[in-house]
Amino acid sequence: MIIDINFIGLIIASIMASAVPLILASCGELITERSGVLNLGVEGMMIIGAISGFALMTVTGSLIIAVFGAMLAGVLISTIFAFLTQTLITNHVATGLALTIFGIGISAMIGKNFVGIPGKEFPVLFEGLKDTIPLFGPILFGHSIVFYFAFALPFITSYFLKKTKIGLIVRAVGDSPESASNQGINVRLVRYACILYGGAMSGLAGAYLSMIYTPQWIENMTGGRGWIALALVVFSTWNPIKILIGAMIFGGLTIIQFHMQAIGVRIPVQFLTALPYIVTIIVLVVISRDSRKIRLSTPSSLGKSFHKDN
Amino acid sequence: MHKFFIRSFVSSLVLLFTFTVAAIAKDVKAAFVYIGPTGDHGWTYQHDVGRKAVEAAGFKTTYVEGVPESADAERVLRQLANSGHDVIFTTSFGYMNPTNKVAKEFPNVKFEHATGYKREHPNVSTYAARFYEGRTILGTIAGTMTKSNVIGYVASFPIPEVIRGINSFTLAAQKVNPNIKTKIVWAFTWYDPGKEAEAAKALIDQGADVIAQHTDSTAIVQIAEKAGVYAFGQASDMDKFAPKAVLTSVENNWGPYYVDRVKAVANGTWSQKDTWHGIGDGMVVISDLDSQMPADLRSKVKKLQADLASGKVHSFTGPIYDQKGNLMVAEGKTADDGMLAGMMTYVKGVEGDIPK
Repeated sequence: MIIDINFIGLIIASIMASAVPLILASCGELITERSGVLNLGVEGMMIIGAISGFALMTVTGSLIIAVFGAMLAGVLISTIFAFLTQTLITNHVATGLALTIFGIGISAMIGKNFVGIPGKEFPVLFEGLKDTIPLFGPILFGHSIVFYFAFALPFITSYFLKKTKIGLIVRAVGDSPESASNQGINVRLVRYACILYGGAMSGLAGAYLSMIYTPQWIENMTGGRGWIALALVVFSTWNPIKILIGAMIFGGLTIIQFHMQAIGVRIPVQFLTALPYIVTIIVLVVISRDSRKIRLSTPSSLGKSFHKDN
Repeated sequence: MHKFFIRSFVSSLVLLFTFTVAAIAKDVKAAFVYIGPTGDHGWTYQHDVGRKAVEAAGFKTTYVEGVPESADAERVLRQLANSGHDVIFTTSFGYMNPTNKVAKEFPNVKFEHATGYKREHPNVSTYAARFYEGRTILGTIAGTMTKSNVIGYVASFPIPEVIRGINSFTLAAQKVNPNIKTKIVWAFTWYDPGKEAEAAKALIDQGADVIAQHTDSTAIVQIAEKAGVYAFGQASDMDKFAPKAVLTSVENNWGPYYVDRVKAVANGTWSQKDTWHGIGDGMVVISDLDSQMPADLRSKVKKLQADLASGKVHSFTGPIYDQKGNLMVAEGKTADDGMLAGMMTYVKGVEGDIPK
């Protein structure tokens, strides 16, 4: 059993790495939901991002094109969702589910030609500083740019929603589209923008998986992370900082249970495997127990279609 | 006018009848049910390579991928049996009960179930590969190449197939290096790149410098490549995913068996049987040996491969002891197929307990 301080640093770093896709997708979905739109297509948008990123990287050889291309692909597929739910006023839940099924299917179809191709090395920043500080070295340094972006995102999102005018508009649209509309806000436009933003973040989360985390394309490689991201948004009571906590707990327990097995802790493996799900739910329920606060923070028009009379 | 209708009706009936008869006599249709996507580059991918061999031999095939090992499997099987397939290959252990259940309802359709042991009806055959022979070779390589004497093993589910692999691997590694320990991490999935990668990382953090796997994705060999440790490809040649890490791969080669069985259906010579082929019959294939391995190890492995093929060497030759030190196989004896098929205890040298 090897336990030294750098080893703990390494474990924390790998926990953070596994939390990245959850944070990205959740923060994107949070903005979408804050505008009153429930998009259950996160898993589908993520997998489209994963295949697009990987395919573009293989074809163009450029990581920058691949990352932005994956985000663009997320935007494009979420445009379908936006068009259906906002312009044609379809049901959010059914359309979102269809988007997921569509995404998984079409990614598998595009992906047929990219199976069995090894990915490229994604550059990491501050690699040299890793060994300079014990414990914090491996946590802070030697990660990809997407990693740093993901950990800044909850704070940016929180600031955006609380302190900026556009953030206020998004919340107004989510809480009472009628009043917002009467104030002269174009509800449909705001919701379109929020859906597309959510798509971009899910696309980025997918690209992180196929280009950085496990650099390769395999069908269904998102493995349900889109659904976890969706659950995190609800349990975080639409608070980006709590998403960060939830994603770290979930990622942490997934990884720690493997370490416990490798060390030889004698706890039934099945229990360990279920642990991340159980504990994440318990913790998030506990930290968001205040029912008055939940009522206040839940976007009141979430999942309801908005019909404008004119 | 009336006559014309009757005549054309009768003639079309006759035509239809002849076509149907011709179809029954000539076109044998084979269906394949897969647990994962054909793009996993592992287990399902190799079955699909086998399916393509059947196509190449001139038969029609269909496949359904990503079928869960639940009531869904029954539904899919029934659907395939109903839609005119003559032989259905079910390619995962968990399809065992659904296969037998549906086989009872369709006595004219042949069922071939991979890696199972239940043949409850005359139209059910089972087939499997002696992967443990391949793992004997991997164990020999791992035991020689390890410097830390800790070997990591990412396992999927606690079933005899997987336990047998762990044991055969460990026994072979102990033979060349009595000090090694095999650490097992159960991922409880056949296929989840993220989870498999994390399991491999945990083992590497615990000091393992050779990683073996009994899960299907290429994530583990890629993690090994990054960490600078050795690994082995599973099911298909994974060398290009991790050229430095992968020392060799154990490939599953189903094509010849599939072609053989579909031909038997076409000729009417199909009968129930239980097939368990290994290196000798070509169902288990060892990929090219990496040049990082010393020359004497490579020649040793080649010889071992030939001896396993000829039956001169058996993966489970006594004396073999379990974790508590009880004798499992006496000196000079080899484990019989019944014992191998039901193997649910670790041999000495494997760390931890089998999850219940």
